[in-house]
Amino acid sequence: MRVFSLAARRLAASLPTLLLILVGMFLLLQLAPGDTVDALLAQMGGGDAGVARDLRVFYGLDLSLPAQLGNYLWRLVRLDLGFSAIYGKPVATVILERLPATLSLMGASLSLAFCAGMGLGVIAARHVNRWPDTLISTLGLIFYATPSFWFGLMAIVLFSVQLQWLPAGGFGDVAMGYTGWRRALDIAWHLVLPTLTLGLIFLAIYLRIMRASMLEVLSLDFVRTARAKGLREGRIVTRHVLRNALLPMVTLIGLQAGTMLGGAVVVESVFALPGLGRLAYESVVQRDLNTLLGIVFVSALLVIAVNFAVDLLYARLDPRIGA
Amino acid sequence: MTLLALERLTVALPAGADRPHALVDVSLTLDAGEILCVVGESGSGKSITATTIMGLMAPGVRVAAGRVMFEGTDLARLPAEALPRLRGPRIAMVFQEPMTALNPLMMVGDQLAEMWRTHTDLPARDIAARARAALAEVALPDPDGALRAYPHELSGGQRQRVMIAMALALEPALLICDEPTTALDVTTQAQILRLIRELQSRRGTAVLFITHDFGVVAEIADRVIVMQQGLVVEQGAAAQVLGAPAHDYTRRLLAAVPRLTAPAPRAISAEPVLEITGLSKTYRPAGLFRRRRETRALDGVTLTLRRGATLGVVGESGSGKSTLARCAVGLLPFDAGTIRIEGRPLPGARQAAAHCVQMVFQDPYASLNPRRRVGDQVAQRPIAAGTGRDAARAQAAELFALVGLDPAALVRFPHEFSGGQRQRIGIARALALRPKLIVCDEPVSALDVSIQAQVINLLDDLQEEFDLTYVFIAHDLSVVRHISDRVAVMYLGKIVEVGDRVSLYEHPMHPYTHALLSAVPVPDPDKEHARERILLTGDVPSPLNPPPACRFHTRCWKAQSLCTQVEPPLVEVQPGHEVACHFPEERVIV
Amino acid sequence: MKRYLRNPVAVLGAALVLAVLGMGLAAPLLFPGDPLGLAGRPLQWPGANPRFPLGTDPSGRDIMAQIFHGARISLLIGFVATLVATAIGIAIGALAGFYGGWVDTVLMRLTEAFQTLPNFLLLLVLVAVFGSHINTVTVAIGLVSWPPVARLTRAEFLTLRTREFVQAARVQGLSDLHLMLREVLPNALPPVIVYASVVMAVAILLESALAFLQLSDPNVPSWGNLIGLGRNVLRVEWYVSAIPGVAILLTILGVSLVGQGLNDALNPRIGK
Repeated sequence: MRVFSLAARRLAASLPTLLLILVGMFLLLQLAPGDTVDALLAQMGGGDAGVARDLRVFYGLDLSLPAQLGNYLWRLVRLDLGFSAIYGKPVATVILERLPATLSLMGASLSLAFCAGMGLGVIAARHVNRWPDTLISTLGLIFYATPSFWFGLMAIVLFSVQLQWLPAGGFGDVAMGYTGWRRALDIAWHLVLPTLTLGLIFLAIYLRIMRASMLEVLSLDFVRTARAKGLREGRIVTRHVLRNALLPMVTLIGLQAGTMLGGAVVVESVFALPGLGRLAYESVVQRDLNTLLGIVFVSALLVIAVNFAVDLLYARLDPRIGA
Repeated sequence: MTLLALERLTVALPAGADRPHALVDVSLTLDAGEILCVVGESGSGKSITATTIMGLMAPGVRVAAGRVMFEGTDLARLPAEALPRLRGPRIAMVFQEPMTALNPLMMVGDQLAEMWRTHTDLPARDIAARARAALAEVALPDPDGALRAYPHELSGGQRQRVMIAMALALEPALLICDEPTTALDVTTQAQILRLIRELQSRRGTAVLFITHDFGVVAEIADRVIVMQQGLVVEQGAAAQVLGAPAHDYTRRLLAAVPRLTAPAPRAISAEPVLEITGLSKTYRPAGLFRRRRETRALDGVTLTLRRGATLGVVGESGSGKSTLARCAVGLLPFDAGTIRIEGRPLPGARQAAAHCVQMVFQDPYASLNPRRRVGDQVAQRPIAAGTGRDAARAQAAELFALVGLDPAALVRFPHEFSGGQRQRIGIARALALRPKLIVCDEPVSALDVSIQAQVINLLDDLQEEFDLTYVFIAHDLSVVRHISDRVAVMYLGKIVEVGDRVSLYEHPMHPYTHALLSAVPVPDPDKEHARERILLTGDVPSPLNPPPACRFHTRCWKAQSLCTQVEPPLVEVQPGHEVACHFPEERVIV
Repeated sequence: MKRYLRNPVAVLGAALVLAVLGMGLAAPLLFPGDPLGLAGRPLQWPGANPRFPLGTDPSGRDIMAQIFHGARISLLIGFVATLVATAIGIAIGALAGFYGGWVDTVLMRLTEAFQTLPNFLLLLVLVAVFGSHINTVTVAIGLVSWPPVARLTRAEFLTLRTREFVQAARVQGLSDLHLMLREVLPNALPPVIVYASVVMAVAILLESALAFLQLSDPNVPSWGNLIGLGRNVLRVEWYVSAIPGVAILLTILGVSLVGQGLNDALNPRIGK
């Protein structure tokens, strides 16, 4: 109950944030050269001024700015994200089609980064300043410094072109017509390289935080108490240190959720994954502002949802929260 | 029978420390069933002695020579895996900071049960029963609730009881206590000392008790060892060391301890400098979506202070004494009441208020900006107020000389000074604006006793020279008695008793004052054991949720139904002596 | 400074950064021509033609010249964007942390909004709206990178403002400006300076990612741009993408190591 009311309060607190984002984005996009109608006309290969005027009336673009903003927000409340002129479908439909790829990519990358980062961080901290620590910390630094898109390309060269172990891109092999478990497995197979690519930099970050956090907790008074109780080092780490050291890691998931979604734009583009990130890229290139605005809205919702989950988890881990 | 013997123990510090050895040739013995106090100031090596016996030294600290003989084995040369088997069953330890010594994410019961889980094969049900019994034995009010509590839900005193229960769980032969009461309030300290003493005599445990406080030594020790900079300078029976110290250093330390005695009262002018009436302050955590919890830190405080006098304000944690100090200098806005200085309301503007009242802070390490030269910190405000740079510098140099520092040190940075010197810089900074009133918030509580005396003497001299008026906030009743003309006792945001020093210390009327005075350990074993002791139950209640009516009724042995219904007003019972109690009673404590 | 130089890893980092800086400075001297101009036959492998030690790209441009000129661009973008981000971050974090209350609430909502929005997505939008001129891109990167700096500065200010030396200055009657700039800021700065190295690394990565997607300024020689061009010939002439990637990796590595070295030198807690 304590956990839930706390998370609910945090959720309520994110509403003004969401509003701020939407209003800010809407106003920002008003500054963009050209509007949806221009994009549409370009798509159709031109049209006369009369058609343009009719279209603007149709899309409500002839109204004043506050009226347009009001309309926009009111539509959002009803979860109507508008119509994509480029894709010829409602924006919500376009986004929903693209969501599964992004969600699976993010989920897989986050799990990889968190678990591997935690494990390696613990090993490094337990052998601090000895060779396992040096090796892990050096690897972490190199992972951190590697641009993800470049790593993705090099991985394609090595694993797909040279060794031919893994597919170079795509979200499952549609031509094979798999269904059920076979399809899920096929998708997972296609996600191996993208997951590695997106997860690598976050793995480096998690690993570094976990190592520092472990070292910090190991120096705290209650660890000395545990030693004075005659506990062995292994038990001290598993029973006393680990849970305390995980707290900053959990916080980091929330803080990094947005960055990870941003990273997905590039990775999806490298591996030709039909995800939200690639959609964002395409709408920028094609000036499909309605879709872009919809993506911003959905990404913000996604980040808020992740943070909500993180709050729940954190409150479960730490009994001091909300007390 | 000798249980523990340190034989010519020398402990080396890592390279780059301020000295090569923490302990040099330290020898001591501890018999079964004995309480040995190791006493010394900071840097004496007393804590390192404890951690060396436990094998819990900081990285880089190592035994260079000598032996740590415990029950016939040398602990210093034991293989690494053998030592944890002794920790808990044979040797146990209680630490200074109860707030951080327990794992914040684990229930108290689980942390306690770990002792049996680690060292015995008892089934889970037996362990649970024993854990409960252990908590009952250390007199926790609700043992079942405490088992399921997380550490943050317990008070400092309760946590220290849990630590003691944990340490004694497996009936060790030796208990090491490293300043176990230093972080606690004085009434709680009295309870914990009593508890350790009781458990020790019941079980015959040997106790190695580390402390800096000679009062605590007098209360608990059979034998005493005095340490100075890693050397043992004196040892012997407690009565002998405290009564007739042989070594010069021990004598100096004992002389520096402020006792519950004081100089003769002095004549004071009738002109009021500080008048506080009906001062109230409630902390309200801000935030739109956060749960609101209000803390009534100050509730209708009224005080008057005359020119050239010192008002001592004593109280335990949560009493509101620091809030009072911060309101009085304008650092905190208050909700109701007035503060007048020399007849005029305390100016709201910071710049103007600064000339009326200044403050000396508690922590000499935190009260100076580590990245700025000390001279600039003293001279900055006069410069900002329009004094020329050179004139302000010259004035700062004068102030430095006045507080006993070398004016050439103006260009140095804070880390180049000792704690006592920094406190002198803080006083010089407060004097720079020539205020009439100075609020001292626990100005000596972070200092070693020998330094405390020097700083207090300096404050005394400055008061004489500049006709200064002080508000002196402290939790230490001995220090307050030494410096104050009037004393106010606070409890949970209210003044419960206020009077002239002599009257208040010699004829205290409020039960809380009685308890407080009786809880202060006195560094004289004869007096210590002869005088009347009043032990309060429990800890100070949380100011978040203070008891209704008389706030002291939950811990008062005289409380009746009237006390739980009607709040006692502050009434003058003798000229200049006011008490807020339905059943005031004169009682001689010291 | 001495503490920094005694740390071999930190010195390695500084050497890497200095090397990249040297490349950038030497670029106009060693490769006076336009690095984006046609230099020779396209897609020559490194070492195949002594005129082009690192080969040529699909448009027949000298890769070595692009790497040298790209060093200049990367560092410049990284540096200016970091300056923009830290300036905004420190200002917002300092005001929020120092004043607390509603100032804090408003500024932190703003920061949260920026952090809730995926920063690369916001960067895409900014570039879509304001164009992809190199100056615009640099400022846009700065604009999306400040929130962590603000949070860090705010946290420092929050703890420092209750410290006794700040209270002492307050009791002395010194102005808020004095308190913020003279008392709190100097003590809050070290971790922020260390974090600036992270901001710089991220800024360089953001620009290269943008360039890789061909959304950055096409008229400047950028490493990311070159990787993007190499993508079309990845299966055989993978060196076109590989070489600039190594350059980015080493630059980021150098910047990170300098940050780590600064951290160890400024916060010598671990050493004790």
